[in-house]
Amino acid sequence: MRIALLADIHANREALEACLAHARSRGAGRFVFLGDYVGYGADPAWTVATVMAHVEQGAVAVLGNHDHAVADTSETMTEAARIAMQWTRGEIAAAARQFLAALPASAADEDRLYRHAAGTPPKRWTYVRDRDDARQSMGTSAARVTLMGHTHVPALFGQAASGKMDHLRPTSGVAVPLLPRRRWVAVLGSVGQPRDGNPAAAYALLDTATAEIVFERVPYDVDAAAAKIRRAGLPESLAARLARGR
Amino acid sequence: MMARPPIHPGMTLDGFVVGPLVHRGGMASLWQVTRAGTDMPMLMKVPRLDEGEDPAAIVSFEMEQMILPRLAGPHVPKFVAAGDFATQPYIVMERLPGASLLARLPELPLPYAEVAALGARVAAALDDLHRQHVVHLDVKPSNVMFRPTGKAVLIDFGLSRHDQLPDLMEEEFRLPYGTAPYMAPEQIMGNRREPRSDLFALGVLLYFFATGKRPFGEAERLRHMKRRLWRDPVPPRQARPDFPPWLQEIILRCLEVNPAWRHPTAAQLAFDLQHADQVKLTARAERARQDPWLTALRRKYDSVALATPPAEPSAGQVTAAPIIVVAIDLAEGDESLAALLRVTAEHLLHAAPGARIACVNVLKQSRIALDSSLDEEGRNKHVQRLVELKHWAAPLRLAEGRVTFHVLESPDPAATILDYARANHVDHIVMGARANSLMRSLLGGVSAAVAGQAPCTVTVVRPRNAAER
Repeated sequence: MRIALLADIHANREALEACLAHARSRGAGRFVFLGDYVGYGADPAWTVATVMAHVEQGAVAVLGNHDHAVADTSETMTEAARIAMQWTRGEIAAAARQFLAALPASAADEDRLYRHAAGTPPKRWTYVRDRDDARQSMGTSAARVTLMGHTHVPALFGQAASGKMDHLRPTSGVAVPLLPRRRWVAVLGSVGQPRDGNPAAAYALLDTATAEIVFERVPYDVDAAAAKIRRAGLPESLAARLARGR
Repeated sequence: MMARPPIHPGMTLDGFVVGPLVHRGGMASLWQVTRAGTDMPMLMKVPRLDEGEDPAAIVSFEMEQMILPRLAGPHVPKFVAAGDFATQPYIVMERLPGASLLARLPELPLPYAEVAALGARVAAALDDLHRQHVVHLDVKPSNVMFRPTGKAVLIDFGLSRHDQLPDLMEEEFRLPYGTAPYMAPEQIMGNRREPRSDLFALGVLLYFFATGKRPFGEAERLRHMKRRLWRDPVPPRQARPDFPPWLQEIILRCLEVNPAWRHPTAAQLAFDLQHADQVKLTARAERARQDPWLTALRRKYDSVALATPPAEPSAGQVTAAPIIVVAIDLAEGDESLAALLRVTAEHLLHAAPGARIACVNVLKQSRIALDSSLDEEGRNKHVQRLVELKHWAAPLRLAEGRVTFHVLESPDPAATILDYARANHVDHIVMGARANSLMRSLLGGVSAAVAGQAPCTVTVVRPRNAAER
């Protein structure tokens, strides 16, 4: 079975639609959403409704820090994120709020763990950016494969029984075997606001039969998504960064 | 790990019937196997997992299990199947006929021409491997075999690195893994990302095969291995006074400490080995003895600045240094087309600073045998064409090593250009469209034939609106 893993959508409808279509064309039979459905982007209501519809059909969704901030105003954020969050709170209806508030911080699935970030969400959201971060994250769970988002930069960390850790910057479209004798942390990159210099939407496909993961990059209508952010009166920086992928 | 019955002849494993043991090495054993319905001779490689074995054996086996199924083509053994670590780890692959280059050691030194031909074939195999994103990192006689077609086959990818997959070796071991006499300086220093490390190892092999001596001895200890960072090898001609300067030039260039001073790609190395007369000779070719001790010691304490790992992955590096053929039709006498060809070549050279250009002209020969007076005339024509090719290239102001000139004699220009491109691992052919439309309609365009069948990119250059004039 192929599982599509989507993180950090951030209310970017154009990017999510492109990734969902791409995943279906690749035979994805299951969808896992790894948090941060809202914030930054101009389509929070549609995005949450889409995730809810998938969850009704059996998809898994976990909580992200932006999703948590909808109800919890104590989440610390950058100025642009704070402004976007204020606007977002006015955009989404009660049912969507309830859905977000009820999301679990993590979900286990066979030897896999799905979560938005390392740390102890919703109290602490920690980035996994390097080997030390990955080692710490592995220390907090027994899962063989952990799949997460939060950094907006795709990365794959593998740990041998000896404790040694390797760090791969994935190449789009290349299948990487998650060797059985190792533990893995896959950081998926962002669907709706990539920050690794490549503006294409990022998500991944995990094939449970072959134990291979493919990090995918999908082009989408960046200009349309940016124009909506501007029309909504959100900070210009949130619109401009989409085209740069930074 | 769970105890399991050891592999033994006669047992069946996942449909493979185990035959005799072929080889038992430090890290793995090789068994001959057969399977109903498969005619290809096969080997099963089984890692040694016993208590107290080298932990590198497992990691290197995992690497090979990852890399081999992703490789294709004639320069690697065909992958058949892999067995899981949970039950019995193994790799089944094609068994190649014949022996590795190790079997040739008693014959060393080999004749120069044979060393060059052998080196060109191994370099072609390395070029193919590098284009598939893999650096071998353990090129040595026992890891090189040949198909009956003559094509070289690289075996054993246990120390290799794939630039799109996790590098399990890099993190696992502090000491460099490889075969000490063949290991490139940057590899000794822990850099596993450099495709030109394989050119260094091939240089060691060629030095050994042409002189009978290894350039850096057989040192196994790290301190001794590091000597090659500052101590230059004895020039081959000190061992064999008749050593050809072109071959010394090529081998000593392979053995440069800084990868940036070696050939940019394995394909360019193969090109030099195939065209002895076109090798640009530098001070390396003339070197008669090692540098004085003082010079070497100064290098040692100056802390040799080794090139840092390239930012680009290996396949990117390969495509940045293409071999470009410009086919120049001098007989046509069309100055504007010749100028436009030059402009096109200039653009390509600008975009790929590591590129080299081979200027090719096909001297059309009738199929009728030539008598001796015509033969003389033919030689003059040949020389005249070379002069004209050099004249064409002069405005490009290329350093001598970056451009070569070839007059090929044949009745069939298209077939000749295609053969040349295949034999020399050419990446890009640039040629003019024949201006004379009557000739083209009668004979069929040479450029059309080349573009249709070329093993690489073809650019057909045509002056704007030439057809209407």
